[in-house]
Amino acid sequence: MVTLKINGKSVTVPEDYTILQAAKEVNVEIPTLCYLKNINCIASCRVCVVELKGRPGLVASCVYPVAEGMEVLTNSPAVRASRKMTIEMLLSNHNKKCLSCSRSTNCELQRLANDYNVDENRFGSEAPRYDIDDVSPYLVRDNNKCILCRRCVAACSKVQGIGAIGAIARGYKTHIDGAFEKSADETTCVGCGQCIVACPVGALREKTNVDYVWEALGNPDKHVIAFTAPSIKATLGECFDMPIGTNVEGEMVAAIRQLGFDKVFNMDVTADLTICEEANEFIGRVRNGGTLPMMTSCCPGWVKFVEHQYPEFIPNLSTCKSPQAMFGAVLKSYYAEKNNIDPKDIFVVSVIPCTAKKFEVTREQVNKTGDFQDVDVSLTTRELGNMIKNAGIKFAELDKEEFDNPFEIASGAGIIFGATGGVMEAALRTAAKKLDPNFEGVEFKEVRGTEGVKEAEYTINGTTVKVAVASGLANARKVLESVKSGEKEYHFIEVMACPGGCINGGGQPCQSDSVKNYVDLKTIRAKALYDADAATDLKRSHESPVMDMLYKEYFGEPGGEKSHHLLHTSYVERHKY
Amino acid sequence: MLTIQELENIKKSKEKLVAVRHHRSGNVPNESGYKYQVLVCGGTGCTSSGCKNVVAALKEQIAKHKLENDVKIVTTGCFGLCALGPIMIVYPEGTFYSAVKAETIPEIVEEHLINGNPVRHLLYQQTVCDDGSIKSLDETDFYKKQLRVALRNCGVIDPEDIEEYIATGGYSALAKVLTEMTPDDVVQTLLDSGLRGRGGGGFPTGRKWAFAKASVSDQKYVCCNADEGDPGAFMDRSILEGDPHSVLEAMAIAGYTIGANQGYIYVRAEYPVAVKRLLIAIEQAEKLGVLGDNIFGTDFSFRIELRLGAGAFVCGEETALMTSIEGHRGEPRPRPPFPAVKGLFGKPTILNNVETYANIPQIINKGADWFASMGTETSKGTKVFALGGKITNVGLVEIPMGTTLREIVEEIGGGVPNGKKFKAAQTGGPSGGCIPAEHIDVPIDYENLIALGSMMGSGGLIVMDEDNCMVDIAKFFLEFTVDESCGKCTPCRIGTKRLYELIDKITSGKGEMEDLDKIKELCAYMKSTSLCALGQTASNPVVSTMRYFMDEYIAHVQDKVCPAGVCKELTSYEIIPEKCRGCTLCARNCPVNAISGKVKEPHVIDKEKCIKCGMCMNNCKFGAIVKK
Amino acid sequence: MYKEPAVPFKGTKEQEQELLTFIDANKDEDGVLMPALQKAQEIYGYLPIEVQTMIAKALDIPLSEVYGVATFYSQFSLNPKGEHRISVCLGTACYVKGADKILEGIEARLGIKCGECTSDGKFSLDSTRCVGACGLAPVMLVDDDVYGRLTVDMLDGILDKYRN
Repeated sequence: MVTLKINGKSVTVPEDYTILQAAKEVNVEIPTLCYLKNINCIASCRVCVVELKGRPGLVASCVYPVAEGMEVLTNSPAVRASRKMTIEMLLSNHNKKCLSCSRSTNCELQRLANDYNVDENRFGSEAPRYDIDDVSPYLVRDNNKCILCRRCVAACSKVQGIGAIGAIARGYKTHIDGAFEKSADETTCVGCGQCIVACPVGALREKTNVDYVWEALGNPDKHVIAFTAPSIKATLGECFDMPIGTNVEGEMVAAIRQLGFDKVFNMDVTADLTICEEANEFIGRVRNGGTLPMMTSCCPGWVKFVEHQYPEFIPNLSTCKSPQAMFGAVLKSYYAEKNNIDPKDIFVVSVIPCTAKKFEVTREQVNKTGDFQDVDVSLTTRELGNMIKNAGIKFAELDKEEFDNPFEIASGAGIIFGATGGVMEAALRTAAKKLDPNFEGVEFKEVRGTEGVKEAEYTINGTTVKVAVASGLANARKVLESVKSGEKEYHFIEVMACPGGCINGGGQPCQSDSVKNYVDLKTIRAKALYDADAATDLKRSHESPVMDMLYKEYFGEPGGEKSHHLLHTSYVERHKY
Repeated sequence: MLTIQELENIKKSKEKLVAVRHHRSGNVPNESGYKYQVLVCGGTGCTSSGCKNVVAALKEQIAKHKLENDVKIVTTGCFGLCALGPIMIVYPEGTFYSAVKAETIPEIVEEHLINGNPVRHLLYQQTVCDDGSIKSLDETDFYKKQLRVALRNCGVIDPEDIEEYIATGGYSALAKVLTEMTPDDVVQTLLDSGLRGRGGGGFPTGRKWAFAKASVSDQKYVCCNADEGDPGAFMDRSILEGDPHSVLEAMAIAGYTIGANQGYIYVRAEYPVAVKRLLIAIEQAEKLGVLGDNIFGTDFSFRIELRLGAGAFVCGEETALMTSIEGHRGEPRPRPPFPAVKGLFGKPTILNNVETYANIPQIINKGADWFASMGTETSKGTKVFALGGKITNVGLVEIPMGTTLREIVEEIGGGVPNGKKFKAAQTGGPSGGCIPAEHIDVPIDYENLIALGSMMGSGGLIVMDEDNCMVDIAKFFLEFTVDESCGKCTPCRIGTKRLYELIDKITSGKGEMEDLDKIKELCAYMKSTSLCALGQTASNPVVSTMRYFMDEYIAHVQDKVCPAGVCKELTSYEIIPEKCRGCTLCARNCPVNAISGKVKEPHVIDKEKCIKCGMCMNNCKFGAIVKK
Repeated sequence: MYKEPAVPFKGTKEQEQELLTFIDANKDEDGVLMPALQKAQEIYGYLPIEVQTMIAKALDIPLSEVYGVATFYSQFSLNPKGEHRISVCLGTACYVKGADKILEGIEARLGIKCGECTSDGKFSLDSTRCVGACGLAPVMLVDDDVYGRLTVDMLDGILDKYRN
């Protein structure tokens, strides 16, 4: 432990602390921009500079280690002048179209500019230097707003282990982009959107499809359906400044209905459907000597990662479509038939915490129901929040409402799909029961939690199942390498591309560094899902009455012919470099 | 494996060959076995001037006259007097031929090497006295005040022959360290010597080594910064080209001291001659056994690898250099952790520059006291400067610390040519500042330069005369740093650019007084807040020119005048009709056809078209064109 | 921003083999990317996407990393150079002796800007930072030939030497 003084206040902290951490201990806020705890510690933005008594110049508190007897000033005239100038510098080549920016009021640079009373034009305002790249179906890059904090680069290379983007050129010409300035979908980008939630400003955002949705809603000939992914209920409230981790399912359904959707369905239902198919596929692979370990396929970022980086593992991917894709297929087949609606008149909107889903809806391998897209538009949590604001709905004050029939009720297994380990646990609940009808356990706590890699081993009715769960693709890479080298042997692997799973997806509300660096978003958001699971009696997917209905009325049995056609898919090998 | 005795034997066998070359006065008995030794400078400067043709012609003539056993031709590194190249010295007399042409070689060979009469009209004229006698090179103005420590072997030995290096005592320091000294002894010797880093900041070398020695690790590294990036400086290049083994030997000593067995030299790819000589030197050293496993039979092993820079000034910064060796974009890392704790590949590392290393074998051999006896109170030893710009003797000089700028400029450098007035000297390159005429008598050492707002830097010393505009000079250096900023941190990436724009505004005649305040504010900001030394010092050329030449800034801003007549937007060319003879030479040389007029009638310049290139004025034989 | 070279990539199998052999031999060394790029530029003269992809593959690193390094260092070129490469030294010593006038003079004579290549592929023009021949300032290089103590009226003669 070392003792130092911060603004005259004495504090004793562990010796591996940075000044920033120590300051937090005495409730001194130091602003940051480039710093993301454990992810991006490069001291490049210089906003967090502080003065050390007896040392000329200023130091970056985000990385500068504490020392015994150190005297830190976080708010001296020199510090304030420097910070203000840093903000002025950033603004001098920032495209200050704040009024129309997707991050307005939620922008870390804007907040700092306000806090420090900055004259935004004192050092000029230059014309945009870069073309806006909106070529891919999911990502828009506006480098004229980029402040080169490199948080996106760290997210892509360190968290996800992909490195689809990087810093290019040097000096004033430095910019962030894919190799040879290629658009995201021409690179090895998997579309996870972690770069977007890492971005402190509006340089990165999802490619929005909100206008199509408004158009469909205004078209009386269209039957417009929305369904929401399991984690939306745990995060949408953040768009309306509600506490992180508030379950807003009732308000969410009410708001979507107010927007004018004909139906509001619960995607947790097709999460259950995925489990029915996937558990069946898994048992089949185990019993029939199929390719193992089987790997989940509900995360489109992960799937594309395998296609680019590990095509040799394509046979290991479950052939099950993701819950989103299954829902699209169900709505445009079963639901259309049952309600006598031409599937071409059905407009399906999914609300997913994910940007990769915007790519998934365009995959030809998932659109086999007819010559249309099964899911017409995939919206992120942020886009839905934006639509609700746009419609003038006072979200927090809404009365709770329930999902529409027949896709209303889901099992707890479907609910926890939104957190890392959730799919595995859901699958285990069903598979265990199928392997041993007397098996009563429904909690598989070993696969819960936000750790990057989790392993467990279960013996059910004489069958031993070794499982691994990874979230964050850099962690997935570790697991795959250990399988590849023969170091590890598993039967079943769950991967979610985003760290912590969908609750921390690239389509979720952007939280600023001042929150992310100190609050465990993943755990708090996931808790809302596990609480909802705990509150329901229906624990296993295959025991859901909706599943009963779907198989009886339409699909027959898991893995049957109709399932195979509508609920399963295939994959393609993609370039790695 | 080479033993110390064998090293001694090599030394003895070659000592006499080389001894004669160390004494330019020719008063040492010639026991080299040759009647004459002809040393031709093979440095980059002389190579550019055509020394290869000279060597070829020499060989041809020697063969023709069958003088192979009497005359030895040696291609050396830089002598320092680059402006006089190609340069050739004939020993034992030490007669100095300058601007040698291949055509004159037959005359030199016949007259001098065969008949024993130096060809006076081809000698460097400063060495020919009025009475016809020939002076030693050491007595010329250029060399008189110099003291060669780091450059001791440059221009003396054949850098591609390890035995010639050994003949001058080479590798005996390493032998001494390995067999007689503990690592602590080495550190203490360096501390006592007072040696400070010659690459920029002047950090005490002994302390640096002590830190790295104290770090505990399974692997440590010794790095050499040979990425000499200061535009206008070539000290390190000359040492690498002229005496590469001195660097290798010092690195091995460093390896022994801190406990490293691997060294890296990061050298500019733009220095092909240096790269070639380093490769040869490493190969010869490994072959002989002074690098490699179990050197001199001890359990110390040391290897050196070369890594080529690829054109990034920032890689002169220590953490950026290491990041670059690691194969990444050469972006600096925040310190701490310092390289001595966590450097190359995350391991404890020391990094010194070429000139620093070149001093070390001699400090070991001659002792700390010897080194500490040279220089000033805080700055010991000598410093090499690359003297350039508006100065007669452009070249490389090594002077004891404490020599005054006046001695360098007026005596060694031969003053400012063309009768112009000395205005300022810029040291430290883009990180440094200028020293104006009023401070020309300041003794040069680390502290004095910093007090004047400049810095030692790596040793570029550019002389400026009254024709240089100081605002323009500041702009020149800023343009350089804008280009060379790595782009990582905000103050350097954007600050240099905004600063450049403000200065550009001033040199374009659009400056306002409040811009000067903004400039000062930006300079202070970049200095306090930038991540690395490049950004922290990038504003120095501006700060220092503002400190001494504020009147020039104000003239640009308020009077819209460039007093030196450099800034194009603030100058115009006019033809004085009374002086113009209508020869049409100006019109014919104007690249944009801005000059018109009939033959034998006064011409006029169309100011709209004129791009102010000055071609007309340069070509006018009648002084009829003036710049206003 | 990357501009695709006007000339299509004409690499041969032999060139690729040479590069891959080099990388293979040095693969286990730390920090081999820079030497690999230097070798590739030596072989091909420039570093188009085809070559950088080869390097990414051989070293199994993301292409963005290769590109990031290739665009950081001024020595690396993404575009083919002219048959004769002219570089004008803009180091301090040359600058104070009027190197900018030399550069302008060449730009005017070749009709290209610094960093460009003439349309016939004959000359490319770059500036460089100090070739270390300060004694001869101002200096320029044409390929490996150094021309010192330059004045603008020497330029035509020098360029003519390389025109045929």
